[in-house]
Amino acid sequence: MSFELETATNREGLRRVAIDPVSRVEGHGKVTLLLDDAGHVKEARLHIVEFRGFEKFIQGRPYWEVPVMVQRLCGICPVSHHLAAAKALDPVVGALAITPTAEKIRRLMHYGQILQSHALHFFHLSSPDLLFGFESPVQQRNIVGVAGAYPEVARQGVLLRKFGQEVIRITAGKRVHGTGAIPGGVNKSVSPAERDSLRQDVDQIIRWSRDAVHLARSLHEANRALYDEFGLFRSHLFSLVRADGAMDLYDGHLRLRDARGLIVRDGLQCQDYDRFIREEIKPWSYMKFPYVAELGPAKGWYKVGPLARVQNCDFIPSELAEAERDAFIAHGEGEPVHAPLAYHWARMIEMLHAAEVIRDLLDDPDILSDDRLAEGEQGREGVGIIEAPRGTLIHHYRVGDDDLVSYCNLIVSTTHNNQAMNEAVRQVARRYLDGRQLTEGLLNHIEVAIRAFDPCLSCATHALGKMPLAIELLDAGGQLLDRATRGG
Amino acid sequence: MSVVVFAVGNPSRGDDALGPLLIAELEARAPPGVHLVGDFQLQIEHALDLEGHALALFIDAGTGTPAPFEFRETTPHAGRPVSSHALPPEAVLQVYADIRGTPPPPAFVLCVRGEEFGLGESLSAAARHNLAAARNHLAACLACPDAAHWRSLRAPLAA
Repeated sequence: MSFELETATNREGLRRVAIDPVSRVEGHGKVTLLLDDAGHVKEARLHIVEFRGFEKFIQGRPYWEVPVMVQRLCGICPVSHHLAAAKALDPVVGALAITPTAEKIRRLMHYGQILQSHALHFFHLSSPDLLFGFESPVQQRNIVGVAGAYPEVARQGVLLRKFGQEVIRITAGKRVHGTGAIPGGVNKSVSPAERDSLRQDVDQIIRWSRDAVHLARSLHEANRALYDEFGLFRSHLFSLVRADGAMDLYDGHLRLRDARGLIVRDGLQCQDYDRFIREEIKPWSYMKFPYVAELGPAKGWYKVGPLARVQNCDFIPSELAEAERDAFIAHGEGEPVHAPLAYHWARMIEMLHAAEVIRDLLDDPDILSDDRLAEGEQGREGVGIIEAPRGTLIHHYRVGDDDLVSYCNLIVSTTHNNQAMNEAVRQVARRYLDGRQLTEGLLNHIEVAIRAFDPCLSCATHALGKMPLAIELLDAGGQLLDRATRGG
Repeated sequence: MSVVVFAVGNPSRGDDALGPLLIAELEARAPPGVHLVGDFQLQIEHALDLEGHALALFIDAGTGTPAPFEFRETTPHAGRPVSSHALPPEAVLQVYADIRGTPPPPAFVLCVRGEEFGLGESLSAAARHNLAAARNHLAACLACPDAAHWRSLRAPLAA
């Protein structure tokens, strides 16, 4: 299956532009554009290095080690992997249902993770583009520029993230490599002192989160022509929802909406995910391309993450976030909002929801209880699905009679969004780069489109000295014309 | 003098474990006044860990960097992040300056060269050699936690 602009017909005679990491170290994306002599885009591809080898790494390990080990996948979303693995392994210890205390502490941990990750993304990574413009001076288009022009925004971004990290520390045991969730429940309750320390700040966190929604919304509404059209493509929307259709980022069933907003598949049980989803392999990318099996790769691809979740659910079960969701839905005027830049607005609505959920959970006496573990007749297989900050995250394990993991399958959020991100890149390349002299600002448009999805770049390795990004301009004969690097 | 030492890296990815190994050793024998922070990666909230300290040290593995290690002073700089997944030390210092409105403490980077960063790999032979050299240098730094003294230690060392 090949999409428009995925593969050029006469690749040999085309000029190649690579937005490319210069590093042996795993974990960065690369964009390649092929241009003809007139500068017209003939091919655009986003390549992201996947978690190569991690599933193999897990096989042969005792199952109880897995929730801790999988945190080594990612330095930004270790909690998501920690919880998805623990959920998947609950049936292995016979915990077909975990205790209310365990579920609420896991939820607290998860919504802390959502809050900190969304805050980091919006305030640190995306706000420079959004506040100053994609082609603003590169010297300004960074967090220093944000801090100079909007010092309070920068400060709140740090403190929002710190609060989320503190929720994680208290529920997971420590800020890094937490061990809070274990197959069958959790190994730590929240103490009254810990609860009270979080309660002190949570109302302020909710206020700041609401302000952040309004900031994202105002940016979108102030420049609708750009925000509604930039990188626009239409696709299915895919996520978990609660049994009653509410947003639920920790548990539920799978739902698929089509591009017009109609629910086309609902009530899909998590353990059946592998009958519903297939993954296509393409020779030019390490990362697979998931699609809904019965729709096929051409029509069955979809997007996940905040933009999908806010619209795939029927409502958000917290008052302030639901009010903001209403405004978001109204913006679509009866149609789903597909604009990639709307991810930022949706992301901030989710951050507000996470803050409200945390507040409510802190008021729940179950989080103080010692009833932390459930068990029963042991099983040998489990699937754990959660909505991680970037989208649906699937962990699937089989365990042998020796209690060692015999099978591991992970489908991470960024993989689900593979085709969607490629589409956004192609739309931006066609609209902004075609036939024009390439500049740093124009190439930044490509990055802006990618950043909207906040792809997980198979991180957890980040050694100093590497250049996260290099841009190379070559002529039709492969001769290097220009080169620029960024970061490092 | 109060010092904060950051060490970052993923212990499951070969030589990326250089930072975690050094901080694990320090946990057993850090002198008084040395505050240790270990993490996968540097992020914006690490700026808050700089508060109250007169000196900062960032320890990390490096790829393509001088062997056995590079020791240099560093200053705030924002750069241009490509993803939300990691910050360089300079950006953490800049975040501190932004949110506090004051300059951060003098800060240094101890970048220990690594060679292999594969998942599940152990430390490479070259990294083990570099680790030993870095361990000695770190001890010399912490024996006299003073910015002027650390500046005098910046001369490159033989492998």
